[in-house]
Amino acid sequence: MSGRGQGRPVAELEDVSRVYRLGENVVKALDGFSFRFEEGEYWAVMGSSGSGKSTLLNLLGCLDRPTSGSYRVRGEESSAMDDDALSDLRSREIGFVFQSYNLIPQLDVLENIMVPLFYQDVPPADGPERALRLAERVGLGDRLGHRPLELSGGQQQRVAIARALINDPALVLADEATGNLDSATAVEILNLFDELHGEGKTILLVTHEPAVGERAENVLRLADGRIAEVSRAREVGA
Amino acid sequence: MIRGSLLRTVRLGVRSLLLHKLRSALTTLGVLFGVSSVIAMLAIGEGASEEAQEAIRRLGSQNVILRSVKPSDNQVTDQTTRVLTYGLTHDDFARVAETFPGVVRAIPIRELPDEVRFGSRALRPRVLATVPSYLDVTGRVLHEGRFLEEIDDREVANVCVLGYEVARHLFPFQTPVGEKVRIGSDYFTVIGTLLPRVRLGSDRPDPGEDVTGEVFIPLKTGRRWFGDMILRIRSGSRDMEEVQLHEIVAEVDLAENVPFVAAACRTMLDREHTERDYEVVVPLELLLRAQETKRIFNIVLGSIAGISLLVGGIGIMNVMLATVTERTREIGIRRALGAKRRHIVTQFLVETVVLSIGGGLLGILLGMAIPAGIERWADMRTIVTPTAPLLAFGISAGVGVVFGLYPAWRAAVMDPVEALRHE
Repeated sequence: MSGRGQGRPVAELEDVSRVYRLGENVVKALDGFSFRFEEGEYWAVMGSSGSGKSTLLNLLGCLDRPTSGSYRVRGEESSAMDDDALSDLRSREIGFVFQSYNLIPQLDVLENIMVPLFYQDVPPADGPERALRLAERVGLGDRLGHRPLELSGGQQQRVAIARALINDPALVLADEATGNLDSATAVEILNLFDELHGEGKTILLVTHEPAVGERAENVLRLADGRIAEVSRAREVGA
Repeated sequence: MIRGSLLRTVRLGVRSLLLHKLRSALTTLGVLFGVSSVIAMLAIGEGASEEAQEAIRRLGSQNVILRSVKPSDNQVTDQTTRVLTYGLTHDDFARVAETFPGVVRAIPIRELPDEVRFGSRALRPRVLATVPSYLDVTGRVLHEGRFLEEIDDREVANVCVLGYEVARHLFPFQTPVGEKVRIGSDYFTVIGTLLPRVRLGSDRPDPGEDVTGEVFIPLKTGRRWFGDMILRIRSGSRDMEEVQLHEIVAEVDLAENVPFVAAACRTMLDREHTERDYEVVVPLELLLRAQETKRIFNIVLGSIAGISLLVGGIGIMNVMLATVTERTREIGIRRALGAKRRHIVTQFLVETVVLSIGGGLLGILLGMAIPAGIERWADMRTIVTPTAPLLAFGISAGVGVVFGLYPAWRAAVMDPVEALRHE
């Protein structure tokens, strides 16, 4: 199953299962999940608690490996990769935006944006320029030397978005990115995602808020570790 | 590139540590005191050992020293006057000097308990009647004038050479050479003075004396004017001692022959003397014993230092384990942003090493200040060898690596998903 099926595949899951064993209980968080996210798409992943959203996000973000099945990022099979290779893939191809921003408190804005570059075997020479451009792009060009605690929630999330983009990743994963923000700031952040989508970025937004889901181009609804529905965003609130 | 990345990791590590300044400062204390105690104890031990070894070397490591010792048996007598005859004899000297193979030369020394006076200034140094080769055998150094010569002995001249302390005490404002001093009831012309020597046990002043020191006169002169009898008057009795020689110093041709000559001396004295009124001192044996003592001291010191550094290291590990738990979420974030396990290991290891090296550097400063203070206020000799701070620095870095590895490994093996969930 896929979105509009027009672009190159960015993330492909084939018959992916993720099973957790809790003592004698076996929990299937994802069960025979197959899907393909394509370049330039903007998806909202929705579902109730326990539907498998977080598990899907962890697998897509290469933080976890499937118990069975195959997962490819830009054609690279990740399910058999060792920890180092998986970290490398994550560093190159995935950008994370978290609900609670997850900036590193001892680093300033510019350094926080550059953190993913620190972990590349050969960091790009233009890293600082790139970080500066992104800081300006998200409207924080005048707060470069500030530490996270000196920024508002919305500003911190902008830093996190800039950080997610520093390696020009194949996939930007946002996990309840507006969950900690007031409605006005949330709209600003969603506008920023819209702009990034307009620039051709592939975005996957995990949310349980229909209003946020509406802003995405497509919606993937999960239930019990399976795909329950695939629809355009405007159909969500209907 | 790797250097730049390491520098950045160190910079970030320092910044992380500065977020909790007090905790970081307290964590370094264990290593700080461990390292400073290592340096201070090494410096004190080195100083004491060097002093002892130098003193022994001054005795002459190729010398064998025979000394007269007053027998311990107390002959109870109600007589008010008694004569006690003991100690080394001129015959002993002749046997050692002339018949022992391996003995290059030997010098006889006789000690006279007489007052030395110049004008109103007087003191009771060791007045030693000896021969000209005393200077060469004992390694003493002339300060001014000349030492005793053969002609002085031959002519039984009334000349003397003053030790440094005696010269300084009797002639504080003038050169003593050419002046006459009174020894007992006779006047002696000062012909030279010696440089100071390391104070030995035998040089300790008698109770009530401020100044110790030596005055040298020709052997024959001593015998002529003072005889072999020494009279000591105490309340209620007059003790007379007849001692021909107080000391014989034999210089041996090779260091490896010293034990044989010493054994021969012991055998000879044992045969010739009916009671144990002598002792044989072998500086080489003392030196070896001092070196052995130093080795044992170093082992004890190493153990104490090891324990204190172990405690310091455990303190650091404890804090780092708590830090790893506290920063679980940060570890998750870094892993999500692409950090490999080795990056996490490096990050926490660098922080631990920064803590321990920081403590180590402060410990080196404190450790070098303590010996300086001891030297200044306690008048003890201390030596900070260049290797001590280097060793201490190496140890502190090693403590950081050894005790940082486990917390860093704990951080690195965390599941990124679990770490991100950590509140």
